[in-house]
Amino acid sequence: MSAHTEEALERRAIISGIGQSAIGRRLGRSDMDLTIEGSLAAIADAGLSRDDIDGLSTYPGMGAGTAGFAGPSTPEVQDALGLSLNWLDGGGEGAGQMRAVIAASLAVAAGLARHVLVYRTVTEGSAQGAGGRSGIGGSGGGGGMPRMGGFLQWSLPYGAVSAANWIAMVGQRRMHEFGLTREQLGQIALNGRRNAALNPKAVYRDPMSMDDYLAARMITTPLCLYDCDAPCDGSTVVVVSHRDVADDLDHPAVQINAVGTALRGRPSWDQFDDMTTMAARDAAASMWERTELKPTDVDTAQLYDGFSVLTMVWLEALGFCGRGESGPFVEGGGAIARDGVVPLNTAGGQLSGGRLHGFGLIHEACVQLRGEGGERQVFRTGGRAPEVAAVANGGGPIAGTMLLTRGVR
Amino acid sequence: MLANGPSFRVLPRLDDENRFFWTSGADGVLRILRCNNCGFYIHPPGPICPRCLSRDVAPQRVSGRGRVETFTINYQQWIPGSEPYVIAWVSIDEQPSVRLSANLIDVEREEVAVGMEVEVTFEHVEDVYLPLFRATTDGSAR
Repeated sequence: MSAHTEEALERRAIISGIGQSAIGRRLGRSDMDLTIEGSLAAIADAGLSRDDIDGLSTYPGMGAGTAGFAGPSTPEVQDALGLSLNWLDGGGEGAGQMRAVIAASLAVAAGLARHVLVYRTVTEGSAQGAGGRSGIGGSGGGGGMPRMGGFLQWSLPYGAVSAANWIAMVGQRRMHEFGLTREQLGQIALNGRRNAALNPKAVYRDPMSMDDYLAARMITTPLCLYDCDAPCDGSTVVVVSHRDVADDLDHPAVQINAVGTALRGRPSWDQFDDMTTMAARDAAASMWERTELKPTDVDTAQLYDGFSVLTMVWLEALGFCGRGESGPFVEGGGAIARDGVVPLNTAGGQLSGGRLHGFGLIHEACVQLRGEGGERQVFRTGGRAPEVAAVANGGGPIAGTMLLTRGVR
Repeated sequence: MLANGPSFRVLPRLDDENRFFWTSGADGVLRILRCNNCGFYIHPPGPICPRCLSRDVAPQRVSGRGRVETFTINYQQWIPGSEPYVIAWVSIDEQPSVRLSANLIDVEREEVAVGMEVEVTFEHVEDVYLPLFRATTDGSAR
């Protein structure tokens, strides 16, 4: 706990409801349609009605990024659902995708809203159609190629087009410093696929072997196809409420115990001081500064796997193993399995579950804490359901993390 | 031999802040913005030194020598028609915290490694001189 703060104010907030639309590689439905489906499910799950919702938040909204990336804006969703709001917020700058949840928790703590609907909607699967994965800021298409300003000017001229290229740099550096191997990276993909088999909504559920993984085509060394998450369509929604409604729920409340939002190094893909960790280091450190809980208290970890190597980075940053030790830690897959030391990405993560962009991981943390995981439910020693979950979003210079608990502490 | 870059280069849009960097190669010399007050090299360039907050900053000639800090060999056809090429983060000898993203040229797959010593060269496209790097050719002391 910081010496300057008596209570981590995010603890005044709980996740009272969760919802998810249909999820698929290409659903052919609009982002608004999916958002409404997820939203109504989350509101009902919280035992609320539309009229109870007085806050709205998303990441990023308002046309950001490539086609299918942003999801509908908060004004569009407010209008579609006929919401009367006391607080609203959207944007792509902040502590990873979960910045929208963190902002909602602070709004609730400050008394600006009672029940905030927080959504993340993607239609990248449909948007990319039969084509390949798009790069960030990829080609303009048609006519002459526009020139590039901003931070992309430093990478695009060299064909460093995608986050895959930038994150591959972290992977290669980890191979150099720590002896990371492709087989170790592959354990993140295999673990996701094993868990996805038990998640009916996951986009890839067929078994995958290490041979399958190693035989996949290379994208950008050391990352192969199965190290990169799968674009999909879907909307994930949570309701963030004040903790004083926790007893009204027909399921356990999920309390936000602590959030990690720091970015203490340079906000840059190529200039960050530590090429093996980047912003995950700072976000994780700042989260542990806000709680009395320890890494050994965590019963399940839902760690961003937009690229497999990012999950390795988060395992270390959050203290589940030592710096540089995530490779040996995941070898064999036992430590990260559902019955392992740190049950990891239990719904398949983004690699096999689909690129729900951070929010799928938040959703699964709640499912596990509520004991609603069905076939994939984690049970800890003694047969108890998880009580503490760590969630991490982002990679490179973008990172946020949260510690969630079952019940209000 | 790997390709020297993608099949097509998206070019930077020049402005008053970045023009010196992207045209520096016209005389074969790499320049990085430097603070005249505290000596800090500033990259990407900006109007103020982030270390001492002096606004007395100006382009400074550098040796063009550096080191590969990390790299990737890209295979994906983000840019159709590209053969595998290397993207590296190269730290400059004058201040290794400054890293340039760039292609390595004239390099074999087996040669590319973290720690590789490299020197700058330039590719002239329209009004831009893109810094690229290749293995250091002479054995002089660093």
